[in-house]
Amino acid sequence: MAEPRLNDSTLLRLCLGFAALLLAAGLAAPLGLMLARAFQDIDGNFVGLVHFRAYFGSPALLLPAWNSLWTSAVTTAIVLPLAFTFAYGMTRSRLPGRAVFRAIMLIPILAPSLLPALSLIYLFGNQGLLRVLLPEGGSIYGPTGIIVAQCIYTFPHAAMILSVALGMADARLFEAAETLKAGHWRIFRDVTLPAARYGLVSASVVVFTLAVTDFGIPKVIGGQFPVLATDVYRQVIGQQNFSMGAVVAIILLLPAIFGFFAERWAQRLQAAGISGRAVLYRPKRRAARDLPLLAACLAIALVLLSIVGMAIWGSLIRFWPYNMALTTANYDFSSFDAQGWGSLWTSLTMAGLTALVGTPLVFWVAYLLERGGVSGWLPGFVRVAAIAPLAVPGLVLGLAYILFFNHPANPLGFIYGTVAILVLNCVIHFYTVAHLTAVTAIRQLDPEFEAVGASLRVPRWRTFLRVIVPISLPAILDIAVYLFVNAMATVSAVVFLYGPDTKPASVAVVHMDEAGQVASAAAMACVILAITASAKLLQLGASRLLSGGWRPAH
Amino acid sequence: MQRPYLRIEGVGRDFGTFSALVDVDIGVERGEFLCLLGPSGCGKTTLLRAIAGLDVPTRGEIFQDGKLITDLPPSQRDFGIVFQSYALFPNMTVATNVGYGLRGPAWPKARVAARLAELLALVGLAEQAGRYPAQISGGQQQRVALARALANEPGLLLLDEPLSALDAIVRLHLRTELRLLQRRLGVTTVMVTHDQEEALSLADRVAVMSDGRVVQIGTPQEVYDRPANAFVAGFVGRSASFAARAAPGGVTIASGRHIPAVTTLPEGTPVRAFIRPEDVMLADTPGSLGAELVGIEFLGSVCRLDLDAEGLPLQAEIAPRALGGLAVGAMLRVALPPDKLMVFALNG
Repeated sequence: MAEPRLNDSTLLRLCLGFAALLLAAGLAAPLGLMLARAFQDIDGNFVGLVHFRAYFGSPALLLPAWNSLWTSAVTTAIVLPLAFTFAYGMTRSRLPGRAVFRAIMLIPILAPSLLPALSLIYLFGNQGLLRVLLPEGGSIYGPTGIIVAQCIYTFPHAAMILSVALGMADARLFEAAETLKAGHWRIFRDVTLPAARYGLVSASVVVFTLAVTDFGIPKVIGGQFPVLATDVYRQVIGQQNFSMGAVVAIILLLPAIFGFFAERWAQRLQAAGISGRAVLYRPKRRAARDLPLLAACLAIALVLLSIVGMAIWGSLIRFWPYNMALTTANYDFSSFDAQGWGSLWTSLTMAGLTALVGTPLVFWVAYLLERGGVSGWLPGFVRVAAIAPLAVPGLVLGLAYILFFNHPANPLGFIYGTVAILVLNCVIHFYTVAHLTAVTAIRQLDPEFEAVGASLRVPRWRTFLRVIVPISLPAILDIAVYLFVNAMATVSAVVFLYGPDTKPASVAVVHMDEAGQVASAAAMACVILAITASAKLLQLGASRLLSGGWRPAH
Repeated sequence: MQRPYLRIEGVGRDFGTFSALVDVDIGVERGEFLCLLGPSGCGKTTLLRAIAGLDVPTRGEIFQDGKLITDLPPSQRDFGIVFQSYALFPNMTVATNVGYGLRGPAWPKARVAARLAELLALVGLAEQAGRYPAQISGGQQQRVALARALANEPGLLLLDEPLSALDAIVRLHLRTELRLLQRRLGVTTVMVTHDQEEALSLADRVAVMSDGRVVQIGTPQEVYDRPANAFVAGFVGRSASFAARAAPGGVTIASGRHIPAVTTLPEGTPVRAFIRPEDVMLADTPGSLGAELVGIEFLGSVCRLDLDAEGLPLQAEIAPRALGGLAVGAMLRVALPPDKLMVFALNG
């Protein structure tokens, strides 16, 4: 079969080949090696299912899996109705100050997952402010703390998905229901809920997966309560048992992979739910609905704000709870951690490079896939490899990197322990969402731009730089900030990979907390939040600047 | 004899097991306006993309100005193109869009400015030069796309349904403008359209396509008056048709009646006969048929009558003032002029 024979098609093919190599080295090969490791002994001999048999035969080893499962399930059950209420308030009511509510909702996404855990320690820990509210003998360390902290950490993810699902409502369905004399509750049950069904599936899968795979929260507030994520860490760092670590990592991979496919299934159904000719629903004022929603949203926003406020306040107190004088001493990180402020520079460098390298890479690869016209197996491989990272928890990818890049036979081994491996890990770990953003943006472009350019004998790279990139600038900015923010805040992706001189700030938070320096841990978490929030604000400002001129206002 | 400017020889294009183009042979003379006309999925756009080099044919060759261009990438060919969506660059002004291809050593600044002024005047958009595509009307966008395609004086202009995104009045207006402009510049033009009225009114010649084949090429008049087969007769222009069998000097319809027609098909061949509304005469002449008036459609300048002529579903057109007291249910006499009856064997 003949294919378009463009003169630069060889070049495009080469670029895609390079992307495939990168994704193979940064994802496929490490994961493959890790899978193999689960079937080997310490010397690398094949031992079959020995480790798996040991794992499933030992109640002590199985316990973390069960713990992860039930705490994540409870988290999901709590977060979902709350997030639904909040999203409903944002999209289906006339609440005042919805923009402010939305901004508050995003805060936990910008902070490392450790921050809510640290706040909870301040509030309900052994010396907690609200310790008295806990029942006699109760403790925040353990499942309670994990569940509450994870509710806060996963809330914005669920609320965002549900806002999108509820935001796409066809006004004519509501009008039809009203003309048929259906009451408000009946409309809610028969129109609203069915339309949001797949959003609910999607949100619960995302929340569950995030909760199962998160490492920071159980590390800080889990106490003696073992879960899968901390167990991988214990096997690898504590006992240097890479084979058993690999087995636990595979167990950890299972819910994530299951969630990945369930989520994609739900998204496909969601997309099919609304026709292109729908009329957007605009809610009317109605006190009976808006006032209770306002109360609920205010309560949720208050909890989120007080969690962040607590961390900030705690970080400014000299010696909780004995000396409540305010001080900035906890921000003098050099007295608490060998790296001092250096770990923040490491994080900034790592996150900056992740954005700087990742953004052009992601956008260019997405462009090649969508518009490159390259044929054969190559685009198929890259497409799968671009989506797959979503199903791989950070800890699992990190462990796979240790095994792969630390392997004596690996010529790429020199990047082990450098910032480069952290950047590679972050780019790959956060690849999927960035890729999907780029693909969505590129698909909105007129398919004939390149053809017009070619007919005017303008080289393709010029049309790419002068037309495709400028039009896609908001999406490109979005990708850059997404990569930066996540690389700043992540613990699980980097906790296995930093070297003596490349410890990121988020890991420093864990270490300071481990050393009992809760205040400086909170201080570091707050600095990270300040940086990510500034990046987000800069993005908002920049996209406002961009929306002038030819670009239609949003 | 001079060879055509654009020659398409034996071009075929397969997508897997599906053939989008089969054995297409077309020659377009220098300065000629050719329309590729056909229903959606007939392969007309695939052919245009092959001419542009956006899609390389599986078989056959394409020559432009005596040069073999089949395998050349678009950037090494000599054409301008206007897409159905126009594909205007939204981040550039009208002037920047039009001047997008005017670059390189052949286009110093002064020359670009002069050419831009000339092009904008040509399409009447001098005052919109600084606007962005989103700030001008659909008709103006279409003209920007046209000016951009013509900017570096291509030898060949390709138009992919350039008028179909516009509303009816603007479309008629731009149709006339497009025709005048093409005449004036004398640029060889190939246009794809599914609108037969557009094709008939614009083109010097029309190539009617169906299922990946060119089924007829000719002037609009030829295609309209002497369709090559039943498909063209049914697709181009309006007509009523009925099944019949060939008979000496005409056809025999189901009722057994003989209707005179010009046909050389062997006796008994199953045929389909077409007749255009304007050719059906309301007259009581020898051999005329009795017809019942079953519907009247008022179209402004004419009235279209739906008739049941001894089982044949015919249509006729008369002037509204000639309608008189005619009402549904009236009995009329209709005559079918033998030379206007278009008879085709059923198998093609």
